[in-house]
Amino acid sequence: MTAELIHRLHFAFTITFHYLFPQLTMGLGLLIVVLKSVALKTGDETWDRAARFWGRIFAINFVFGVVTGIPMEFEFGTNWARFSRISGGVIGQPLAMEGVFSFFLESAFLGLFLYGENRISRVMHWFSAVMVFLGSWISGFFIIVTDAWMQHPVAYDRLPDGQFEVLSFWQLLLNPWGLLQYVHNMTGAVVTGSFVMAAVGAFYLLEGQRKEYARIFLKVGVITGAIASFAIIFPTGDLAGKYVARNQPAAMAAMEGLFKSEIGAPMVLMGQPNEETGEIDNPIVVNDVLSFLIYGTTKAEVKGLDQFPQDQRPTALPLLFYAYHIMAGLGTWFVLLMAVAALLLWRGRLYTARWVQWALLLSFPLPYIANTAGWMTAELGRQPWLIYGLMRTSEGYSNTVSASNGLFTLIGFMGLYTLLGLLFTVLIYREISNGPEPKPHAAETVAAD
Amino acid sequence: MMGFLWFWLVAVMIVGYVVLDGFDLGVGVLHLFLVRNEAERKATLASIGPVWDGNEVWLLAGGGTLYFAFPLLYASAFSGFYLPLMIVLWLLILRGVSLEIRNHLEVGVWQSLLDGVFGLASALLAIFYGAALANVLRGVPLQADGYFFLPLWTTWQPGVSPGILDWYTVIGGLVALVALTMHGALWVTIKTSGELEQRARGIVTPLWAFLVLLTLLSLAATIIVRPASLDNYFHYPVTFVVPAGVVASLAAVWIWNRNAQPLKAFLASSLYLFFMLAGACWGLYPTLMPATTGAANDITLSRALSGPHTLAVGIAWWTFGMALAVGYIVFVYSRFRGKVDAHGAAH
Repeated sequence: MTAELIHRLHFAFTITFHYLFPQLTMGLGLLIVVLKSVALKTGDETWDRAARFWGRIFAINFVFGVVTGIPMEFEFGTNWARFSRISGGVIGQPLAMEGVFSFFLESAFLGLFLYGENRISRVMHWFSAVMVFLGSWISGFFIIVTDAWMQHPVAYDRLPDGQFEVLSFWQLLLNPWGLLQYVHNMTGAVVTGSFVMAAVGAFYLLEGQRKEYARIFLKVGVITGAIASFAIIFPTGDLAGKYVARNQPAAMAAMEGLFKSEIGAPMVLMGQPNEETGEIDNPIVVNDVLSFLIYGTTKAEVKGLDQFPQDQRPTALPLLFYAYHIMAGLGTWFVLLMAVAALLLWRGRLYTARWVQWALLLSFPLPYIANTAGWMTAELGRQPWLIYGLMRTSEGYSNTVSASNGLFTLIGFMGLYTLLGLLFTVLIYREISNGPEPKPHAAETVAAD
Repeated sequence: MMGFLWFWLVAVMIVGYVVLDGFDLGVGVLHLFLVRNEAERKATLASIGPVWDGNEVWLLAGGGTLYFAFPLLYASAFSGFYLPLMIVLWLLILRGVSLEIRNHLEVGVWQSLLDGVFGLASALLAIFYGAALANVLRGVPLQADGYFFLPLWTTWQPGVSPGILDWYTVIGGLVALVALTMHGALWVTIKTSGELEQRARGIVTPLWAFLVLLTLLSLAATIIVRPASLDNYFHYPVTFVVPAGVVASLAAVWIWNRNAQPLKAFLASSLYLFFMLAGACWGLYPTLMPATTGAANDITLSRALSGPHTLAVGIAWWTFGMALAVGYIVFVYSRFRGKVDAHGAAH
């Protein structure tokens, strides 16, 4: 295995595992604000207990996000030194800003939220939930800004020694690619959070216990989930897709498996791209739809891979194609399921419709898969570039760190993360089993016990 | 001018991290042998529960600041110290998870395991941080292109091709271990009461004696390994105030601890850490990372500094952001002011 491949796998593995946690942090952060707001407004203790229950799950999830997040900032330097050396002046900024503007805020108010409920007023406790939510969403923003500059470099200049430097702070932060991906990505996080909340509600109802809480979870989860599932496709996904098609046409052609340019390009729903024949095997296609989705008319020409020289096409074509199709396919399922659940909720029948409850329960892993596939689509689509059009991936990894040393630490991370994954599952399972009600043997305690 | 400013801003972030997360690590080491029962353990851990995560943020914010202000240093040092940094990451993961998760697992055996992991990871982190600083002070085998790669150990001797660990960097690791353990003991003295407080106060004395010896040893060793560390001091003799500050803060720790004024003793210990780090930075300035392969390969301030536009943009948001951050930090510490109660009721 080459050093380049090892360094790519190293980053891909650690970031993929890491992002399982922040997506729930960001989604749940919003939902906890909803629970706390209702509790504050109505003074209903049940909603406060519901918020505390999700606060405990949030706390566990948050720790796993923090500890798996630290390696990410380090890996820019450890595994991608040549990239960091020339781009640090630009993307080092949003990464440092994430620490300064988001992590201090988030950690300070999370401490208050989890440990301080008996030391601060109700309004202040609600406020700390809002600040935790804000902190996590600001953090997401700076990461997307960082990625956006690699996808679509703006506001930069090149110094004589080859380094990039920022020309405009605001243009860097308001990179249109970043803004589009940000709303799309945050909507994705809300989908994860609401599916998880709805699934726990469904689980309790199917078990015939904790019905009071189950209804709260289902109601909040399904309403938010329906809005977010719709928004992930339209307008956020639609806009992001159009922007990719205009700015990274080679990525779009690969995502769609369009080998040859076509007027009235079809959309492939399923199939296997065959790089040798340049065709899709076992295709299920809908004619003209791709042209329509990108350009608003079935007559438009969409560029195929044949328009791009071999060394500018995404390198992992089939994986990119599958990642994109998994994301889009699951997104469609989310809309269908949540639309049905929301309809039943509105008609007052959701709490008795066991088959929908089963579907909600079993669907909770799917947003994780969809979010992961979405990131894979974005980052594989960027290939073979590390900074789109400016620096190739093969020019960016640390060439002083050998493939052997890279593999050594990759295996270490795999072992450690397997352990973390097991621990996380056990801990969350225990919290869900213990449930939101106060423990019978103790007076109502207020913190992350 | 921008270079001077950013050099010290990064130094401030590092000092902030060491002073704040330093006591978390110290508490981690100390709880292994200080506490006598579950209630004491809970109280000890509750003393850092609400703050450790925020303290760790200084590492991330500092790393990010280093990244954009000195990209060459960040790229070179992080890839060159690849193996020990990865070990530090694993230890940070184990430390954070074991501390936070023990409260969610009410099973004795697992709690014991997690406590052990937490203590051991904290101790190793302290040692690695000390050794890391010693590696920078000693110098690394930089090539002309600005890169290097260090194995974990070679002959255990400083020289042209050293390893991460040699006798000099091991001394650095021990200084950090003892200094942070003492720092943590002072924190426990502030935050707990009764017998536990007394025992924490008692343990400061032997740690202090060790620390005095190790501090002197490390100063002497630094002068032997890199005599140029003294150049700035002789050039600006007024800066001998920094080593004088080390001595004075050590003396103050002893006096205030004996007089049962833990907050003052803790602040003196923070000052000690500040003077030690500032002294090391001043010994290096304007070099950021010396080369064992000849001074021409040194990574210097001017060589590593980002472009002027980047730094001008950075200074604006950094000042604003850190002012906000200090605001939250003061607010949170003031909310959690005072002793944790004996049953660890912060949980």
